[in-house]
Amino acid sequence: MADLQPGSTEHDEAPPEALPEAQAVQQPSSPAAASGWTKLRRGLAPRLSRGQLVAGVLCALLGFGLVAQVRQTNSDDLAGLSQEELVRLFDEVTQRTDALEEQAAALRAQRAELVSGADSERAAVAAAAQRAEVQGILAGTLPAEGGGVKVVVGETDQRISAVLLLNLMEELRNAGAEAIQVGDRRITASSYVIDTVDGVMVDGVMLSAPYVWLAIGDPDTLIPALQVPGGALSSLQARADATTDVEAVDHLTISVLRDVKAPQYATPAPSASPTGD
Amino acid sequence: MIAVIGLLLGAIAGIVLGPSVPPSLQPYLPIAVIAALDALFGALRAILDGTFDDRVFLVSFLSNVVVAALIVFLGDQLGVGTQLSTAVVVVLGIRIFSNAAAIRRHLFKA
Repeated sequence: MADLQPGSTEHDEAPPEALPEAQAVQQPSSPAAASGWTKLRRGLAPRLSRGQLVAGVLCALLGFGLVAQVRQTNSDDLAGLSQEELVRLFDEVTQRTDALEEQAAALRAQRAELVSGADSERAAVAAAAQRAEVQGILAGTLPAEGGGVKVVVGETDQRISAVLLLNLMEELRNAGAEAIQVGDRRITASSYVIDTVDGVMVDGVMLSAPYVWLAIGDPDTLIPALQVPGGALSSLQARADATTDVEAVDHLTISVLRDVKAPQYATPAPSASPTGD
Repeated sequence: MIAVIGLLLGAIAGIVLGPSVPPSLQPYLPIAVIAALDALFGALRAILDGTFDDRVFLVSFLSNVVVAALIVFLGDQLGVGTQLSTAVVVVLGIRIFSNAAAIRRHLFKA
């Protein structure tokens, strides 16, 4: 406070109740305010009176209690709360927990849904891949291997007609051959065998004897079907004097592929079953 | 001056000793502190009014503290402890404000 400076030289009319020692330092512009400050200073001036001591002791108590309470408030949050506040807090925590548990359950259900969705999608992909394999083997776009028969048809002096070879092909199909190859041609549903001047043409490629047939299927079914009296082999032998040699093979590999053109006119009917079975 | 020194001494003692408030006193100490603050501001105002009396200060200080704690205790027993604590704090706060306003007018004439 500026009025404490002893060097102040202003001498103003002091209020009557001001102490003489305070008169020298009155602010000239606020004589009434000086009265308040003076009273305060006089009241707080260190005197060893009973009132001062009582006030000091009480103020010490107040300071002690204030600090203790502040420390208490800062130290622990829950212990200082009343019962109602604790109950309210507990309710809030419970509600929050419920909400979070609900959210967790929803998220868990969503996760299960996604996982099962991924599973079914994986199953669909596996089924589609299997279907693609089956249809690739049937259409001749995939190499195939497995047990089957090897039929070698040798020509003597008489030409073997396409009908006899077609007969053999049909016989193999009827007996359940799943993949057929003759020479270097893969036989599929659209394969054809025709006679030409130079010989037999299969799917637009000339073939010549000996005709080597590879057929994947059950040999125990295929061989009796071929050798049945009046069947394909016997008619080859009877009508073309051909030599025939049939043997069961444990492991055949039919690696010749066939280009399949995308259908130009046919599109799948919307309601068609994709399994095709 | 002795009062200010006492206040500082009490605060320093509280910081140094670091007392933990007993659980039975925990609901009452904050109210008691506010009541004591009210008494202190009343005393400051009385000094400025020229009507300060140490006996009145002592009695008002102690009675403020005791009555405030009693009201809170009663409220706790009646199940309205929180509301009564709020009421006491509001009333004491208003008194502190009005005392502070009176002190301000004395000191700053404004």
